[in-house]
Amino acid sequence: MTAFVLRRAAPFALGRRHVPVLVTLGLFVLAFAIGAVRYENFGSAQVFLDLFIDNAFLIVVALGMTFVILTGGIDLSVGSVVALSGMLCAIGTMKLGLPAPLVIAGVLVIGTLFGAGMGYVIHAFQVQPFIATLAGMFLARGICLTLSENQISIDDGFFDAVALNSLPLPGENRLSWGAVVSLVAVAVVVYVLQWTRTGRNVYAVGGSEQSAVLMGLPAARTKIQVYAISGFCSALGGVLFALYTLSGDPTHALGMELDAIAAVVIGGTVLTGGSGYAIGSVLGVLVLGVIKTILSFEGTLSSWWTRIAIGVLLFGFIALQRLIASRRKATTPV
Amino acid sequence: MNTASLAKRLIGHALFWPVTVLVVMLLANIVFTPGFLDIRIEQGHLYGSLIDILLFGAPLILVAIGMTMVIATGGIDLSVGATVAISGALACDLISKGHGLPVAIGTAVGVSVLLGLWNGLLVTRLGIQPIIATLILMVAGRGIAQLITGGQIITINDQGYKLIGGGYWLGLPFAIILVAVALAVTAVLTRRTALALLIEAVGGNAEAARLTGIRSRGLIVLAYVFCGLCAGVAGLMISSNTLSADGNNAGLWIELDAILAVVLGGTALTGGRFSLAGTVLGALIIQTLDTTIYTAGIPPRTTLVFSAAVVTIVCLIQSPAFRARFSRKKRRRPAPPVPTNPQQEVAA
Repeated sequence: MTAFVLRRAAPFALGRRHVPVLVTLGLFVLAFAIGAVRYENFGSAQVFLDLFIDNAFLIVVALGMTFVILTGGIDLSVGSVVALSGMLCAIGTMKLGLPAPLVIAGVLVIGTLFGAGMGYVIHAFQVQPFIATLAGMFLARGICLTLSENQISIDDGFFDAVALNSLPLPGENRLSWGAVVSLVAVAVVVYVLQWTRTGRNVYAVGGSEQSAVLMGLPAARTKIQVYAISGFCSALGGVLFALYTLSGDPTHALGMELDAIAAVVIGGTVLTGGSGYAIGSVLGVLVLGVIKTILSFEGTLSSWWTRIAIGVLLFGFIALQRLIASRRKATTPV
Repeated sequence: MNTASLAKRLIGHALFWPVTVLVVMLLANIVFTPGFLDIRIEQGHLYGSLIDILLFGAPLILVAIGMTMVIATGGIDLSVGATVAISGALACDLISKGHGLPVAIGTAVGVSVLLGLWNGLLVTRLGIQPIIATLILMVAGRGIAQLITGGQIITINDQGYKLIGGGYWLGLPFAIILVAVALAVTAVLTRRTALALLIEAVGGNAEAARLTGIRSRGLIVLAYVFCGLCAGVAGLMISSNTLSADGNNAGLWIELDAILAVVLGGTALTGGRFSLAGTVLGALIIQTLDTTIYTAGIPPRTTLVFSAAVVTIVCLIQSPAFRARFSRKKRRRPAPPVPTNPQQEVAA
């Protein structure tokens, strides 16, 4: 029994491989504390919950990106798929008059198939992920613009009901249903990556695809799977984005793939694959979110400072990752 | 040599498919727009759709040439768009503050080189993966460009500066001459010296190249510096063409177009081998696609769908796995006849 508990709890035991995630956690706490000291009302629970409310879609997208990056791939199409999903939600409910749950289910299926299609091209024809998902990015964004050049507002009973209500929490705080969905997604992804065969395959393929194949793991299926998961997460992120803005817009989520990649990297996942945690990616999104919140509390700072701050942070984290990695392995690349 | 083997050699040539795609596009244009290939002279200047393709494609070709060298070393540079924006913003800002052209251009180009150096050092000294090392500048760079322009679009009125991207020299658009010179210099430097060989050795296996005595790190830094320089000059061209600097939109997505141009030209992203001619063809394909969509009256909003289709088709054609699948099928059909009498066969 003890052995069983230990084995189950093993992923929680802290080790060197958790250092990047812990550093991200520390940075998040530090940034939040600085904000709380500097500004009135910043330290409230609601500001903390708002981070989840305002970034629910990015959290979900970053979770999908984590799968892809863990296998050593990359998915540039996520921002476009978010926009396309939002557009499809708006068109399905407003122009076609279909029931919202049916539309959402359809959007999730389309997103998953879109991702799986890219995964198939990457695997079967050995097209580089960068190029295959770039074509996917063009395609999804192009379909968005072909569907409509303008924003479409969503005024649907189901969407309104979900968007305007929220989960009441103690102390008069609230959490939007979109944020609740993203937290459920986090729990599912953490479970899948840590305790299922699929998760183990993802880490194995990312560690060394050749070894994974030699061990008899389904490398091909896993590679297609991660892009399908990323497609699903982007579609779900798109639905959450549509809920958040109550609209579909062909120019939504421009450049979101970079935010997602940045969040995954800040969260300590290594881009060559094989090492990293979903929780890290969530913390990465929260770090980006808290920077934006601080800058908005500051008021006088312009939006470009956000970009510069994110760039500096990215540099800090990557340099730190390299330091840790080079201490572990004395070999220097190049 | 018979025609069959000649055709086989032609199809086998690395540039066969890019050239074919480009020719098909130009033919399609002639069908849509009868006078498409006409080039006329007005007021001593050359005009025409083909000249337009070259002129508007000039910054992309330049950026793609720099990108080719980086990709040849096995790297990638996502920050070129940000460098384009910073370079244009710096030059316009200095000119608007009354500085002379040499100061403005010199500063912009100098800073671009420094940005390339920064990327190169991150890749070689810190050992950061190129895609991430350059992502830092891609994210932060556009913020820096906006910081320089103060979030505004700076407009200037300097006819000397206008020459770089929108002016004419000897009847030809100056930008085209500039690109031709850059291309010629790069081609001579790489193909007439051992530089190409060294860069390809580094791209093939940087560690192995270092062990054979090639200064891998120096060459990689050089490639990023060159890429930064190309992007900086392209930034001057773009801002000069409109006589304005827009920190937010100048060179937006040009890094993706440049990478695409390199890949369409047949250079593999894994590095170790490159083709400058292929890259120029790739950039021309992208620019011709844009022009085709525009002149054929296809709504511009569907441009991206066509881009996606062309990218997919060209990449599939070039994918060895894709070609193998089809040639295997072709070969399988005329299955070798089973010898009726094996012994007779052996005797023969």
